[in-house]
Amino acid sequence: MDLASPVLNATTALLAHVSAAFKAPLARAVVFGVHIDGHLVVEGLLIVVIVFQLSRKSYKPPKKPLSEKEIDELCDEWEPEPLCPPVKEGARIDTPMLESAAGPHTTIDGKEVVNFASANYLGLIGNEKIIDSCVGSLEKYGVGSCGPRGFYGTIDVHLDCEAKIAKFLGTPDSILYSYGISTIFSVIPAFCKRGDIIVADEAVHWAVQNGLHLSRSTVVYFKHNDMASLAHTLEKFTHGNKRAEKIRRYIVVESIYQNSGQIAPLDEIIRLKEKYRFRVILEESHSFGVLGQSGRGLAEHYGVPIDKIDIITAGMGNALATDGGFCTGSVRVVDHQRLSSSGYVFSASLPPYLASAAVSAVNYLEENPSVLANLRSNIALLHKELSDTPGLEISSHVLSPIVFLKLKKSMSSANTDLDLLETIAERILKEDSVFIVASKRSTLDRCKLPVGIRLFVSAGHTESDISKVSSSLKRVSASVLSDHI
Amino acid sequence: MVRLPYTTALTTLFSYGLLFAFGQLRDFFRQLIDWFKANDVKGYAPICLGLEDFYVRRLYMRIQDCFGRPIASAPDSWFDVVERYSNGSDKTLKLTSNTSRCLNLGSYNYLGFAAADEYCTPLVIESLKKYSSSTCSVRVDGGTTKLHTELEELVARFVGKPSSIIFGMGYATNSTIIPCLVGRGGLIISDSLNHNSIVNGARGSGATIRVFQHNSPAHLEEVLREQIAGGQPRTHRPWKKIVVIVEGIYSMEGELCKLPEIIAVCKKYKAYTYLDEAHSIGAVGQSGRGVCELLGVDPADVDIMMGTFTKSFGSCGGYIAASKEIIQHLKLSCPAHLYATSMSPPAVQQVISAIKVILGEDGSNRGAQKLVRIRENSNFFRSELTKMGFEVLGDNDSPIMPIMLYNPAKIPAFSRECLRQKVAIVTVAFPATPLLLARVRICISASHTREDLINALDVISRVGDLVGIKYFPAEPPKVSEADHNKLE
Repeated sequence: MDLASPVLNATTALLAHVSAAFKAPLARAVVFGVHIDGHLVVEGLLIVVIVFQLSRKSYKPPKKPLSEKEIDELCDEWEPEPLCPPVKEGARIDTPMLESAAGPHTTIDGKEVVNFASANYLGLIGNEKIIDSCVGSLEKYGVGSCGPRGFYGTIDVHLDCEAKIAKFLGTPDSILYSYGISTIFSVIPAFCKRGDIIVADEAVHWAVQNGLHLSRSTVVYFKHNDMASLAHTLEKFTHGNKRAEKIRRYIVVESIYQNSGQIAPLDEIIRLKEKYRFRVILEESHSFGVLGQSGRGLAEHYGVPIDKIDIITAGMGNALATDGGFCTGSVRVVDHQRLSSSGYVFSASLPPYLASAAVSAVNYLEENPSVLANLRSNIALLHKELSDTPGLEISSHVLSPIVFLKLKKSMSSANTDLDLLETIAERILKEDSVFIVASKRSTLDRCKLPVGIRLFVSAGHTESDISKVSSSLKRVSASVLSDHI
Repeated sequence: MVRLPYTTALTTLFSYGLLFAFGQLRDFFRQLIDWFKANDVKGYAPICLGLEDFYVRRLYMRIQDCFGRPIASAPDSWFDVVERYSNGSDKTLKLTSNTSRCLNLGSYNYLGFAAADEYCTPLVIESLKKYSSSTCSVRVDGGTTKLHTELEELVARFVGKPSSIIFGMGYATNSTIIPCLVGRGGLIISDSLNHNSIVNGARGSGATIRVFQHNSPAHLEEVLREQIAGGQPRTHRPWKKIVVIVEGIYSMEGELCKLPEIIAVCKKYKAYTYLDEAHSIGAVGQSGRGVCELLGVDPADVDIMMGTFTKSFGSCGGYIAASKEIIQHLKLSCPAHLYATSMSPPAVQQVISAIKVILGEDGSNRGAQKLVRIRENSNFFRSELTKMGFEVLGDNDSPIMPIMLYNPAKIPAFSRECLRQKVAIVTVAFPATPLLLARVRICISASHTREDLINALDVISRVGDLVGIKYFPAEPPKVSEADHNKLE
């Protein structure tokens, strides 16, 4: 007890001292006309504590990066898919092998067959003049050009060919590419960049789709060959668009669609393009040398001046019986491609003998425009004879050299359709020695149009060839499709 | 590796800065003048906006005559370069009918098949007469001839794989095959200096793309580990498959790929390998079979081998060689096989004959001689250039040798001066190479003789002195044997 009382005394003295010190100055403090009392100080301290707690970050468990051992385990566990999916049973991989030139009559397995599978529209395969010019070229220049156009791969025949095509079409200049499909998928990314608007037909073929994908622009598809749908889409994009001067806008169409044989109505398209200020990219692979009074393509066919179309591309592997492609348009369009088109800059140039073959082919077309009349009469004859084929109907345009036959009643899926059509084609080849093909689709192709049988008509076909193919088709399709009609 | 001296980097940057400033000045005046002129293309956005084609208009156009030089003969070891002149400071170039005979150090003619060959050309002409210049159809329709099948078997045998498939263009081969093999959910790891066709193919496939440092197996391993552990971006699902794409010889560096190490890394992490042998097939290796033979890699270890026929075989087109299942899958789904015109039959025959010459199956040993000659020529040229003090890139045995220029003004100086002295070389600048690393790229051929090469070395040395690109000290001339003995 004698320890307690001095401690007690000391504590009370301390408390009295503290409360005196506490109370003393504050009793005299008047801040802004408000008396500071003790409780205000406590409240002030509480607010400080609350604010302090709120401002602290919430507790997160610390993030640990994966340790080396864990990465090793993950790498060991990971199993990749096989590089290619297994091939389906019975898939037709090997195609008939030709043993002679792919003209209107060719040799397969030692037998002579009538050939409707080559896009040899003007019958130039085997033409003497073209072969002579090629031989001269081969002896002078060899086969390959051994370099891209920028590095000594430009040979004078290339320049001649470009000038010839430009003169033939009536445009200022043209540019040659070394492969048919690489033309369109190099041209589109050269002109269309991210942020541009492209309106394209939904039935464009794979090379155009690839070009559209590589360009990274905004792509909108309109219904196949439907001008009302095109007008609607163009209206949607230009309506109320204030920044229209800075965005480039393109319409991409094909003249003759490979996937359906339809022909694009160019006069309508030009009218719409001028109304909404779009540029037109026209893919003329199958109409160059075919349509028009003298074979100058879709513009001549519709009587549209050639300078209204901004960019025309075409592959030369069809009517001109050579390889490669070209693009033509105004001087600005062509010059721009010489440095920014990847298929032109980063690839070896066209072999010189193919360029001289192209020049001879264009010369031939200029001198013999009657070959177009032959082609047209053949197509008309084929249309007439095939109009009553059981189970198949013609869905291509009357002037298109690709005659597209599709099934009247489609089966469950595109694959079964294709199977049926390929069976028809195989039987026709085996039994009647007529070579026709069904259109095949790649898994990467996003076109949804139905598959069918494609007949490529040539000016070199005779009437007997045409009657042979039509009677054979009628017979075989009747028997193969008899249980499906 | 390129070692860029500091002073050179500074002067190069200063040159580019000056060119940029002048270009902007000219653009300003052009805009001023155009403001007064009427514009007849109202309402249409211009094809190139603003600075998109600044490099082309203001820098490239000044030295336009160094590129795209037309020739009037076959691209053999000596050829005729057409002379051009310009009326208005290189804006447009007009052709004359004069040609000058120059030594060709720029074409991809590694084995000398560029011009008419005594064995190949008669066979090519025969096939032209039989099959005509084109088949006008795609491979799956009427475009497969006996020649195509024969070539596919021959290529598979030559490269050492079970089967192969051929296409009419090397660029299209890469851009259409890669989307068939990898799709969305897959990963492509490609070397940072890969060719534009591979980049295009990778972009078109929809797979995720990652880049690893040029020719560095260590960095490749790092990237692989990180990617397999991390999975797909955002969802972290495991990758469906991983494909690593490398090239045999890199065309702008002349370097060989470090193939054995890269294959080892890929095998360890179960990634697939794709080897692009555009420049190395036929040009390197004991019997011309490419990088695999040179570096001792078994072709079965590389999943897909791609190559082109343009460079060593003097034709056009490309091929893919792989296992039977992969080739069958490609034949069913590859767009270039299903939609593109098949390879021209004379070009196919040229490749068949060229491969037969290389293998010695034509009954002579010209193939073996050519392979020995290109190896000797490349090694001799490279060692001589290094001795003179030039900065030469690339490995031994590689027929491509880039010589560094760096400064943009030296590009036209070197090119024009060499042409005046009848040597045609190729200069490469931005955008094919990084901005500061402009270079001269020399391609040696088996058809160059020793005199041609000595003559070329002479010219290059003189022009190099004039232009000032001997960045390294030249080796002192060898002390002759007699003097050496005297000293002892």
